[in-house]
Amino acid sequence: MSLFKKLLAKITGTNASAGELQDLETILIEADLGSDVTKKIIDDAKSRKDDNFLDSVKATLTNSLSTKSRDIAFDAQQPTVLLIVGVNGTGKTTSAAKLANYLKNENKKVLIAAADTFRAAAVAQIQTWGERIGIPVISGNDGADPAAVAFDAAKCAIAEKFDYLIIDTAGRLHTKDNLMAELEKVKRVVEKVIPVSEILFVLDGTTGQNGLAQAQIFNESVGLTGLIVTKLDGSAKGGIAIATEAALDLPIKFIGTGETLADFSRFDSAKYLEDLTSL
Amino acid sequence: MFDSLTGKFANAFTALRNRGRIGSGDIDEMCGEIRKALLDADVALAVAESFVAKVNERAQAALPDLRQSTNQSQAIFAIVNEELISILGGAARRIRLAKNPPTVIMLAGLQGSGKTTLAGKLAHYFKTQGDTPLLVAADLQRPNAVNQLSVVATNAKVPVFAPEVGNGVGDPIKVARDGVAFAREKFHNIVIVDTAGRLGVDIELMNEAKAIRDAVNPDEIIFVVDSMIGQDAVRTAQAFLDGVGFDGVALTKLDGDAKGGAALSIAKITARPIMFVSTGEKLQDFDLFYPDRMASRILGMGDIQSLAEQTKLAFDGDTAAKLEAKFAEGDDFTLEDFLEQMQAMKKMGSMSKLLGMLPGANSGAMKKQLENFDEGEIVRTQAIVQSMTPSERREPKILNGSRRLRIANGSGRSVKEVNSLVDRFSAAQKMMKTMRNGGSIPGLPGGLGNSAPQAGGMRKPPPNNLPNKKKSRSGNPAKRAQGEG
Repeated sequence: MSLFKKLLAKITGTNASAGELQDLETILIEADLGSDVTKKIIDDAKSRKDDNFLDSVKATLTNSLSTKSRDIAFDAQQPTVLLIVGVNGTGKTTSAAKLANYLKNENKKVLIAAADTFRAAAVAQIQTWGERIGIPVISGNDGADPAAVAFDAAKCAIAEKFDYLIIDTAGRLHTKDNLMAELEKVKRVVEKVIPVSEILFVLDGTTGQNGLAQAQIFNESVGLTGLIVTKLDGSAKGGIAIATEAALDLPIKFIGTGETLADFSRFDSAKYLEDLTSL
Repeated sequence: MFDSLTGKFANAFTALRNRGRIGSGDIDEMCGEIRKALLDADVALAVAESFVAKVNERAQAALPDLRQSTNQSQAIFAIVNEELISILGGAARRIRLAKNPPTVIMLAGLQGSGKTTLAGKLAHYFKTQGDTPLLVAADLQRPNAVNQLSVVATNAKVPVFAPEVGNGVGDPIKVARDGVAFAREKFHNIVIVDTAGRLGVDIELMNEAKAIRDAVNPDEIIFVVDSMIGQDAVRTAQAFLDGVGFDGVALTKLDGDAKGGAALSIAKITARPIMFVSTGEKLQDFDLFYPDRMASRILGMGDIQSLAEQTKLAFDGDTAAKLEAKFAEGDDFTLEDFLEQMQAMKKMGSMSKLLGMLPGANSGAMKKQLENFDEGEIVRTQAIVQSMTPSERREPKILNGSRRLRIANGSGRSVKEVNSLVDRFSAAQKMMKTMRNGGSIPGLPGGLGNSAPQAGGMRKPPPNNLPNKKKSRSGNPAKRAQGEG
């Protein structure tokens, strides 16, 4: 996540010249931070001429990060329901499995609901994961009503006293009103028996500026509580995740950095900022 | 698709159009707007800058000549259009078929870019072209990718070669090689090899892709890329180009509101053409890519060419010819013909997609309408017509109250809906008559079904004096015999 290595290598002085500011803009844009965050950082850097230039960049970023908790909610009284949502192909199913594995390692009893009944073989995909990590998976047939699958799973989670219920939903483009309504229905139906504690939006780290539009509409539709950023093991900088966190005040809770179960960790903002300043 | 880009381009042009006389500064201003629009659309910085520089240079150079002409903004619009086409890859390019079949097509790309879905669409496309494609499941990495491809293949009614169950087990190189051999043996003329998603930076997986490539020696390698990808697109594409190499690009998920700017960058920087676009979750949501048409879309000029082609495709020769003959003979347009037209229309794909190709369809309000278009309307109308007896379809005049009630019950719709369909139909029929008699057309012939505009199929007959059988018949039998004799 060393977003600014290139920049730091370039700018060593306390004051940035116009050329260096230009370089900074290039780096920020190329990291997918978007024109708004980029402009803010540049403007702040300009206005704080006397201070250390890097401190300014760091301060601006710190201030734009969310102050909300990055912990996963836990309800000791009843199963904690986590709903995993996102557009197609961002890695929801893989993230759901990784998250289940993470919670299992915390000695929690986890149940997965395979509510992606649309994509060919998605149910089979999460079942395979479930077998690998030894976590039960509740599923319907391909084409079944996802809300019904989620509802059954919620009832089962209560009856069998699970700590966590992770609901994997089908990928949907935020522009499809009908599919967004379907997602709202999943949430509504589950909440008939048990509240949904977290709705985590899975954001592909390679996504560009469209990522913000996605999160915005999902947020309006079901009310998000946090982000899971995936595919950060590539060359993408994932700047859109920072831009999204800043714009919507949605904390990044986890990051996915590879294909194995272990390639999944809590997002540590302090460490992230430390990485920024280290060379 | 490319919508927000369209909006911003439109703003830049409107500002220009509102100037009485365009000066050098106005062009600079427009270029500034375009630069921001491109960056917001994830176009790589270098590409955005070279594009803007080129447009600026050409527009400034043209300015002295433009001063005389009346339509200055149009001329600049044309320059932007030309540059846009060139950035999108110039001329359209298609799959090169191998001299000795099978033609091997290999798909490569990042995880989640939509390779498996695209493989199914590609197979479906070739099948409709009369080819005999075979899908090869060489993604043995992702859990159940093989399974997914099999389901996709079943939906597309295309055979799949999947000897390994996948989930990390098996040798993808062997599967790919065997798949091609199998295709040769069974005389499939096209083989589509689906491979595992991989990151540009993953040397090991990149080497595997290279090994698959060397094993099957593909005629075309298609790089599949998510249209929502950000600035990393260029680096990723470059890594794939250096790693396995590719001949063309397929853009997926263009039905979202992604601006797809990264796609422009990929085409520009790798000098590889975009060949296909995928615009939805269904098998049919797949198009060939035409740079000039895409440029038109970005600039908000609509895509009439694609619309016309789809129409032609759906209305096969027979249906169209039959309708035309009927029309020329002066027979009445009946509900049976109407039903046939509707079925043809359904073949063309979703109505909202078709209407989206019209100029101006991307404006805010219209867009929202299209998104929420009720595709079921066609099905319901069809149900009503299908609940009629053949004689009722030919002669809607006989539809009395009890017949209408029966039709309503039969189709599960209300009598009101049946009434409104019959009304709309007779209005349309009347209009056809007027047209045939050489009269002018009052408005457009879109009267059939409020949501089922007629999309072609009816052409105006040559305006010669056709015998009009249905002309007013004389009440006098003798006179009538004379007239018809």
